[in-house]
Amino acid sequence: MHDYEAVIGLEVHVELKTNTKIFCRCPTAFGGDPNAHVCPVCLGLPGVLPVLNKKVLEYAIKAALALNCEIAAYSKFDRKNYYYPDLPKNYQISQYDLPLARNGYLDIEVDGEVKRVGIIRIHMEEDAGKLLHQGTITTTPYSLVDYNRTGVPLIEIVSAPDLRTPEEAKAYLEKLKAIIQYTGVSDCKMEEGSLRCDANVSVRKKGSREFGTKTEIKNLNSFKAVQRALAYEIRRQVAVLEEGGRIVQETRMWDEAEGVTRSMRSKEEAHDYRYFPEPDLVPLVIDRQWVEEIRASLPELPDQRRQRYIKQYGLPPYDAAVLTATKEMADYFEECVALYPNAKAVSNWVMGDLSRLLNAHNLEITRCKIRPQQLVDLLRLMDKGTISGKIAKTVFEEMFATGKDPEEIVREQGLVQITDEGAIAAVVEEVLAANPKVVADYLGGKEKVFAFLVGQVMKATRGKANPELANRLLREKLENLKGR
Amino acid sequence: MISIKEVEHVALLARLELSEEEKEMYARQLGAILEYAQMLNELDTADVPPTAHVLPLQNVWREKDEVGRQLEPEEVLANAPDREGQFFKVPRIV
Amino acid sequence: MDLCYLTAYELHRLLVKREVSAEEICRAYLARIEAVEDRIKAFVTVTADLALEQARAVDRKIAAGEEVPPLAGIPVAIKDNICTRGVRTTCSSKILHNFVPPYDATAVQKLKAAGTVFLGKTNMDEFAMGSSTENSGFFPTANPWDLERVPGGSSGGSAAAVAAGEAAAALGSDTGGSIRQPAALCGVVGLKPTYGAVSRYGLVAFASSLDQIGPLTRDVRDAALMLNAICGHDPLDSTSVPYNHPDYTSFLVDDVRGLRIGVPREYMGEGIEPPVKEAIARAVELLSSLGAEVEETSLPHTRYALPTYYLIAPAEASSNLARYDGVRYGYRAEDARDVVDMFMKTRSRGFGPEVKRRIMLGTYALSAGYYDAYYLKALKVRTLIKQDFDRAFEKFDVLLAPTSPSPAFKRGEKVDDPLQMYMSDICTLAVNLAGVPGISVPAGFADGLPVGLQLIGRPFGEGMLLRVAYTFEQHTDYHRRRPPL
Repeated sequence: MHDYEAVIGLEVHVELKTNTKIFCRCPTAFGGDPNAHVCPVCLGLPGVLPVLNKKVLEYAIKAALALNCEIAAYSKFDRKNYYYPDLPKNYQISQYDLPLARNGYLDIEVDGEVKRVGIIRIHMEEDAGKLLHQGTITTTPYSLVDYNRTGVPLIEIVSAPDLRTPEEAKAYLEKLKAIIQYTGVSDCKMEEGSLRCDANVSVRKKGSREFGTKTEIKNLNSFKAVQRALAYEIRRQVAVLEEGGRIVQETRMWDEAEGVTRSMRSKEEAHDYRYFPEPDLVPLVIDRQWVEEIRASLPELPDQRRQRYIKQYGLPPYDAAVLTATKEMADYFEECVALYPNAKAVSNWVMGDLSRLLNAHNLEITRCKIRPQQLVDLLRLMDKGTISGKIAKTVFEEMFATGKDPEEIVREQGLVQITDEGAIAAVVEEVLAANPKVVADYLGGKEKVFAFLVGQVMKATRGKANPELANRLLREKLENLKGR
Repeated sequence: MISIKEVEHVALLARLELSEEEKEMYARQLGAILEYAQMLNELDTADVPPTAHVLPLQNVWREKDEVGRQLEPEEVLANAPDREGQFFKVPRIV
Repeated sequence: MDLCYLTAYELHRLLVKREVSAEEICRAYLARIEAVEDRIKAFVTVTADLALEQARAVDRKIAAGEEVPPLAGIPVAIKDNICTRGVRTTCSSKILHNFVPPYDATAVQKLKAAGTVFLGKTNMDEFAMGSSTENSGFFPTANPWDLERVPGGSSGGSAAAVAAGEAAAALGSDTGGSIRQPAALCGVVGLKPTYGAVSRYGLVAFASSLDQIGPLTRDVRDAALMLNAICGHDPLDSTSVPYNHPDYTSFLVDDVRGLRIGVPREYMGEGIEPPVKEAIARAVELLSSLGAEVEETSLPHTRYALPTYYLIAPAEASSNLARYDGVRYGYRAEDARDVVDMFMKTRSRGFGPEVKRRIMLGTYALSAGYYDAYYLKALKVRTLIKQDFDRAFEKFDVLLAPTSPSPAFKRGEKVDDPLQMYMSDICTLAVNLAGVPGISVPAGFADGLPVGLQLIGRPFGEGMLLRVAYTFEQHTDYHRRRPPL
């Protein structure tokens, strides 16, 4: 296993968030009643013709520029011919030899090192419909077809075979998703299919320059699936080679439940897509000035934003990277910072408790009930000493669950910090009186028990005692006793 | 000039089921047509650009990304050979 | 007065003078269809009720004193590969035998707006693939001049309907000669406009880079009127050219003085039957005598047009016809094991032999390993063919040639030899490959069968074509003769 390395390339399909489809004026909305978002054109009725939606071209250029691609001066559409019942014309309008964009890259960070991953090409194409099966595709007695998705605009982003590990593949996908989300041309929701990924993988002996025979893995429905499937497939290929076998070039399906990749029935028919120039569409000659206008309209992208967070907010690089991984989280962070200048404190909360709770509840930050203003209010309550840091965590959980303002929670639950010295001193006396043995230990030199006594004070005040006061008063009392 | 095997391969690509007689007929006829087409090799076209389009047109597109009229549900399925509810229905895929 | 042999222009004049109503015209044509259709078989579908309804609507407008457009109330037939909302559109194929489009082709919409009356949908070679209308999946159409003979194709139904007085005018489609060749064989006028002049939206695609809708009419004036009605930029067709079309009737002048007319020698050589050559020679003589400068010229790549066409058109067709799979519309084989089997059985039973032949040929030409040798090679030769025309039009206003190498041939004569059948189009194919306009006008008879003269123009030079054709027509009477029905 250690003698081998994997060579991985990813083909990612991203649905563009235009209002209408790529070649007709039907809506691209996800869901809806079956076959409700169709017209003669996307249904492929006899006699219809495609007309390109300019917004699709604009969005595709925007994504390509964000991925550092060169935009072609001349591009065209081609037909990719294959039969499948979800494809109304039995050909897909795509791009073959003159794609919209080429030669891009993005940078990923793995084990603290930056690695540049090449993007070979980006092209535009139309999406297909959806098939519904009863049970699985192999057991269903018949299938149902919904063409709502046909003609939704896609871009296909083909990476160079620069990835070497499943972790790199995952980092590449996360970065790609972040960049495209930042541009606003797609939601990139894998669960809704607006981001889809196929992986090409081969293995070779370390140090070898030649590529091994690759397999293509399909049905990867989450980033985790990509990582798991690649790890499995690499193990499988190495095992085959170690046993003296040969890798067959084929398409394999990832079986999420079983955790394996399976060969798809290899019909003897080799793929022959018979690409040829789409005669119903005319060529694209892309205006340089327009490209520059689109470039100028690009928002700040993840790498730039990360650099800015380091510079402007003085955040550690790690914090900046995590906060900018998704546009939503970065936006959330900045809304908070706009209201509250201690960026590191905000960062700690967003990266710490907030992320932990979001993950635990499988929620996106956009669905979080705690508004930036509320998080900032909580931080201020701590600053003012109204609540302790420990209490703040409790309040935060309550805010996350209910969306209530922190002041309200503190008031309702009586969580205001006790800062009255007399009151805390009284509690200290009680604690010392109740724990004579521990006190004796302390006086005998076992200073470690101090923490236990503090804990008792906090417990007696249900955590509300100001910790510093509690510490000081306790220490003073004990030193007094020592002095006697 | 073209083999039965090639005819079978092309027929599969084109999703046509051919009888043995048809295979032989198409092998013969396609062979004759393709042989006739060899005539094109008389021409040196190394420096000739292909014409996929006779038109001087480029950059034809729809400017407005605005939703237009869709078909009524019954219009969508009116011609369907088989349906279930609002879906088109097809035999098993594999 | 026989309404069924008047031109659209003459019918219009009677209508506006209120000497006849649109309904009377319509009923006359429906009666004519009733009388001759069992011999001609020009129609796949006759839409009598729709026609009467449209005719009455025109009559109401006239009665209300409204001014009606020049084609209002004119009974027209529409080739059955042009989509008509709510009216079956079959392409004369079993695979679409029951297809009812939920939308109108742009050309149909324009004819509706022009107030024409739809008599029905005309027979054709299945998916417009053929030159005799014998490839219809339903029945062959007869040539009105000799019922034993073919009307030409693929718009044979439209040509026969006009020739037999079953329609005043018709729409056809022309991919390699499918309007002009049947027009020639049936003795009517047929115009294939410049590629991009008439919207293809709603024309069921055969070969997208070659297809064009155009009119078949009794005379040149009607062709101009029909072209006026159907041409124009269409945002639904990306290959429709934004062009400011003139009023084509303004070109109808009896004057060819000083016009330069080229006669490409490649169109007058071997394979052109003597009576056709004679008719062309007479036409050349006539136009010269009227003051045109007629000269022999050359389109050197003409002989390559046929193989070029028979690679490009089937390649595009193999893809265009992939959608007929039994899932969304049309015929479906019911006894299939799975979807692939369903596709294969549906297509094998739904398509006729010529369609399958071309799908096979086109699939082959595009398949891995053959693309460069066949398809790409053909696209390159297409460039050379187009350049021939570009060069010729530097010198000539119009080119003149036969439309068909022979008059109408007998039914069954060429069905067994596809290559022989393909030769029927040798005079027309190159025009589609170059995307230029062409018109066929009646130019004589051979043993009682019509012979056609083809005029070929510059891109968007339809006006010039109409002018020469009109002048020719003014000095001949072939277009006035009627078949012995």
